[in-house]
Amino acid sequence: MDPLNWFEILARMAQQFLPVWVALVVTYALSIRFKRRLGLYGKLFDSTVGMIGFGIVMFWLFTALFADIVITHDALSQVSGMRNEPPGAALRDPGDLYPYYLLGGDSLARDVFSRMVMGAREVLRIAPFAAMISFMIGITLGLPAGYFGGKLDTGLTFLANLVLAFPVILLFFLLVAPEIQETIIPSVMAGVLFLVPIVFVTILLNARFFTQPAKRNLYVGGVLLVGVWAYTGLVFDADPAGFWSMSPNLLNVFVAVVFVNAPTVFRIVRGITLDIKTRDYVAAAQTRGEGPWYIMLWEILPNARGPLIVDFCLRIGYTTILLGTLGFFGLGVSPESPDWGSTINAGRRLLTVYPHPALVPAIALMSLVLGLNLLADGLREESLKD
Amino acid sequence: MLLFLLRRIGLMLVTALCLTFVVFALTNMPAKLETLAKTQAGSRMSDAEVASWLDRNGYGEPLVMRYGEWLGVWPGWVREDEDGTVTGRCVTLRDTPEAAGERCGLLQGDWGFSTRFRADVADVITARLGATGLLMMWVLIVMVPMALIVGVLAGMREGSRTDRTLSTFAIASTATPEYVSGVLFIALLASSTVGISPILAEWGWIDGRVLFQGNARSAMDNITLSNFTLPVLTIALYGMGYVARITRASMTEVMTQQYIRTARLKGVSFSKIVLRHALRNALIAPFTVIMLQIPWLLNGVVISEVLFSYPGFGWTLYEAAVNNDIELLLASSVVAVVVVLVTQLISDIGYVYLNPRIRIS
Repeated sequence: MDPLNWFEILARMAQQFLPVWVALVVTYALSIRFKRRLGLYGKLFDSTVGMIGFGIVMFWLFTALFADIVITHDALSQVSGMRNEPPGAALRDPGDLYPYYLLGGDSLARDVFSRMVMGAREVLRIAPFAAMISFMIGITLGLPAGYFGGKLDTGLTFLANLVLAFPVILLFFLLVAPEIQETIIPSVMAGVLFLVPIVFVTILLNARFFTQPAKRNLYVGGVLLVGVWAYTGLVFDADPAGFWSMSPNLLNVFVAVVFVNAPTVFRIVRGITLDIKTRDYVAAAQTRGEGPWYIMLWEILPNARGPLIVDFCLRIGYTTILLGTLGFFGLGVSPESPDWGSTINAGRRLLTVYPHPALVPAIALMSLVLGLNLLADGLREESLKD
Repeated sequence: MLLFLLRRIGLMLVTALCLTFVVFALTNMPAKLETLAKTQAGSRMSDAEVASWLDRNGYGEPLVMRYGEWLGVWPGWVREDEDGTVTGRCVTLRDTPEAAGERCGLLQGDWGFSTRFRADVADVITARLGATGLLMMWVLIVMVPMALIVGVLAGMREGSRTDRTLSTFAIASTATPEYVSGVLFIALLASSTVGISPILAEWGWIDGRVLFQGNARSAMDNITLSNFTLPVLTIALYGMGYVARITRASMTEVMTQQYIRTARLKGVSFSKIVLRHALRNALIAPFTVIMLQIPWLLNGVVISEVLFSYPGFGWTLYEAAVNNDIELLLASSVVAVVVVLVTQLISDIGYVYLNPRIRIS
């Protein structure tokens, strides 16, 4: 069979992405129809930049979700004769496989297109959650630091600055090494880092509902149950049901990324808290006799949401870049892994002769981060209009 | 001001001590020492042999004491064998038995021996730092003016078409990490089969087969446009977007100030307002950001030096980490930490000095 030309490649790729297009159209149609009732999310559809960014992000999100239908070949299987083949090359003996490598083959004769699609799943499985945990840690520590001030603030700020003064790349080399994984350090750090979200949600609900013990016990009990279940699975890898588990590799990467991000979030939250705690509604709550945690979590935090949502988007993008960096140096990922950083690393050896295996994941990563940055920009613009 | 300076420097020293201790502890993990023993004395050692090798080479002491020795505040370990030969930290480092029992560490200038490069760590680091200094110089020469021009042009008239275009460009550049832009540059400009190089070569516009080289090793001897452009651009591009955005934000803020309106009502021309009245005030924030950006560039330096195989400081750091070269990794970490802390200090002092609204008494 003849290789495909670029027009045919694009057409076939568009065809593979069909479920993604459908999902995108449905999302946009519903969102634009009801945008006046959707708060900040709805306002996003008033800004062109925000809409473009949201579209790119959702494209990758849906790709990650529907990756099993989108791929043309298995991301790990090798097909003989397809080594370093250019985009659109036809399989010699397709059998019941898809007859083309849409974006060519890599140096181990695997399909670049399918690996790129599966890579989206790898990245989006970690980045948003790492960003979320970083945020919970940053908020849990940043709110009291800003609100109470004093020794607590001095101590926490010193710690945050200590971590921030550490060059990121050095931290990765030291923290995400095979020797470290055998020790207790990642587990201990994960133990501390994952404990904070549980504490955060518990305090959040307790501060609000402690006047209604029945409701409080129900909510806090539920959170603690799920939290402890997830905690045992993630930190000790001892979940009896096997629902929550994380390989030591992944845990190590996760811990390192959260560790790098959390101090920055802490600084942002602390700064906003310092500003907001002088407002009248905080004074009103204090006069009413509300507890400090209620004021922090239910008076200050909701009013800090604008900048925090914007930073959250940026942080997912930054986490994606960090994950790529780790993959690029071959740290903490299995060599087979289709994540974008390690595929770029694998492809760079033959870059000048066969650029496509490295170029495809590079452009994918860039577009996702660009989408997140544009989305953050759109959100910032719209939230400032309030 | 003096008190502020002293306090800042004191805090910096405490931070440096904490960080170097963390690095020391992480590089001197038992598992890493075991790897070191096996690479140094044979890979088929039994656990007991590894333990005795570590003990003989002074790794048996408690971590804090070894940290003190490495730093040079504690006398180095000494050990006298039954046949009377004296071994010790300072004996190996200085090649004289008389040195036994002295202090020899970072503070005395004894940085140790690199197992990867088979040379003194101090020599390796100074040579590599020189190479990276050159790289950084060009990065800053390219990055700073470009970022400031983009930021000022975009912030001059907020919301205009120029602003939109340049802001999008700045966002795109912050969304392109070094390993992506490096790969794109090499594929586009440095490949003899794809990109624009084959076209240019066919038209006879360039002499060689490629426009720029994708390998910067030759830049060690002789820096040319062809071998140094891509590494410099790769690092500069990622940092540029951020500085440009800060400059833009600062510029738009300044342009809404009363004194700009006054100048405009006086009938001063727009270009003169921008150059004489706005620019100086708008550049305070970018200055601190540029200084704080230098440690972030370190990331880029490591990635770009590895990608373009330019043997500078970042490449050394990478090699040390990959090859478990403990002494070299420690020394590189110290340098990196010092660079970060010093730039932070300069940015703080510079901010106070440049901004007349802040006075520390």
